[in-house]
Amino acid sequence: MRSTFINALVEIAKIDTRIVLLTGDLGYLAIEPFMDQFPDRFFNIGVAEQDMVGIATGLAESGFIPFVYSIVPFAVLRPYEFIRNGPIMHQFPVRIVGIGGGMEYGTNGATHYGLEDIGLMRMHPGMSVIVPADYGQAKTCLDATWNLPGPVYYRLSKDNQTLIPGLSGRFELGHTQNIRTGTDLIMITIGNITSEAVKAADLLESMGISCAVVSVASMNPSPIGDLQETLSHYRVAITVETHYVTGGLGSLVSEVIAEAGLTCRLVRCGVKTTPTGMTGSQEYMLRLHGLTGEQLAKTASEALRQIPPR
Amino acid sequence: MAVLFGSVLHIPDPNDPERDRFILSKGHAALALYAALHVRGWISASDLSTYCSDGTYLGVHPEFAQKGVDFCSGSLGQGLPIGVGAALAARMQLSQRRVFVLVSDAECNEGSLWEAVMFAAHHKLSNLVVIIDLNGQQALGYTNQVINLAPMVERWRAFGWDVHDVDGHDIPGLQNTIESLTVSVGAPHVLIAHTVFGKGVSYMENQIKWHYWPMSESEYQQALQENGVE
Repeated sequence: MRSTFINALVEIAKIDTRIVLLTGDLGYLAIEPFMDQFPDRFFNIGVAEQDMVGIATGLAESGFIPFVYSIVPFAVLRPYEFIRNGPIMHQFPVRIVGIGGGMEYGTNGATHYGLEDIGLMRMHPGMSVIVPADYGQAKTCLDATWNLPGPVYYRLSKDNQTLIPGLSGRFELGHTQNIRTGTDLIMITIGNITSEAVKAADLLESMGISCAVVSVASMNPSPIGDLQETLSHYRVAITVETHYVTGGLGSLVSEVIAEAGLTCRLVRCGVKTTPTGMTGSQEYMLRLHGLTGEQLAKTASEALRQIPPR
Repeated sequence: MAVLFGSVLHIPDPNDPERDRFILSKGHAALALYAALHVRGWISASDLSTYCSDGTYLGVHPEFAQKGVDFCSGSLGQGLPIGVGAALAARMQLSQRRVFVLVSDAECNEGSLWEAVMFAAHHKLSNLVVIIDLNGQQALGYTNQVINLAPMVERWRAFGWDVHDVDGHDIPGLQNTIESLTVSVGAPHVLIAHTVFGKGVSYMENQIKWHYWPMSESEYQQALQENGVE
């Protein structure tokens, strides 16, 4: 979805000269369309992410809309205090674009994983957090949010192939998107792991279990109203995310259930342990953390079985 | 600060997009900034008296919400990257406005400052002027005992900057140096301003404890007397 995003950004940059792209020396085979078309509005800041966010802050104060591009941990974690004291505190329209997230950088290892970025960013009321589920939604997310007055964090997958059936690129800030209906339980997902949640729902259906799937691409502003309404119809909810279960989607849904006084039981699927140093492909790492479609289906059916009959 | 706000900075109005930008990167010196903003008429005497009281915008470190403050500061090492962005913006917008960043010497311990130093030199941001308050002190000791910064002139020159070694207490000298700087494309400028911590107050000069220590009433009166203030 990063290529779709950059291509969509090129189209916006054609009509709005405030758009500037900064990279921390990353983005090979992704950002070239912007570099080629707008060399005067593209800067490779070098391997200097704190400087990059500081520069973006200075540019934004003068009226630009800088997009800051790197891999999730280098876009979010290294310059985190710069993001807080700069774009967030001043409410400047800086866009942090984090590529990867979760364990998408597979064999690159844990230094390249993003397991806490969504939590760190959504903690700030003044930071919009957008996590598309597929490349179709990546474009609509950008179209809907690039001109917001305050800062935005986009967590984008490298996957330019997968489309989630039933999503059709829908996105609305502060709302969820229903991907499939179901009556027995609900899976709430975020980002590119949504494809595994849909697989799980398919498997559950073949077992005679009807599972709804809902996508949360607008983590901040959070779709609290939609989640409250939806969750009130279910006794079991499963959150699915490539992130620590604390701070991200699992926490958001917990907060909604607790604050609204709902009786829904929640099972949070995500990463629950510190990386050990053992690494492998993304598929391997998802399996290690129980996040494949098959494992999610099993977790969901067990959770459902544990609920006493009405 | 007196030189900058007295004659150098072109700020017809603090909201004018074409104004020069000033970043007090060593935000803990905000009192001096507030005094300058007061003299320029952007902080009233009554607001000035709210310093550090509940509900004020005049805290220990500068807040963006205060008229005349371009950027929040207080976290060392952040002002120069922001200043580089502001200077780059002026360059891209074909504006003649300049950017001044006042940093502390101990702030040069921060790696992020050197990231910005390299970028500014590479892009020849000659509309950027850094002033280093080289007082040789930091919170817990003297800089040559904590992290030795010498030789500052050679270091900044090696990074490609136009370096000026100046007396930070020589007001006409500072003014002349800044006026002599070229704004057309070339190296960014740095004034390495040698200063004495607590200058003019006998019991404060070069004393580490006065980074934190509050003055008693009698010490305050003595400081006023020593500086000829009635």
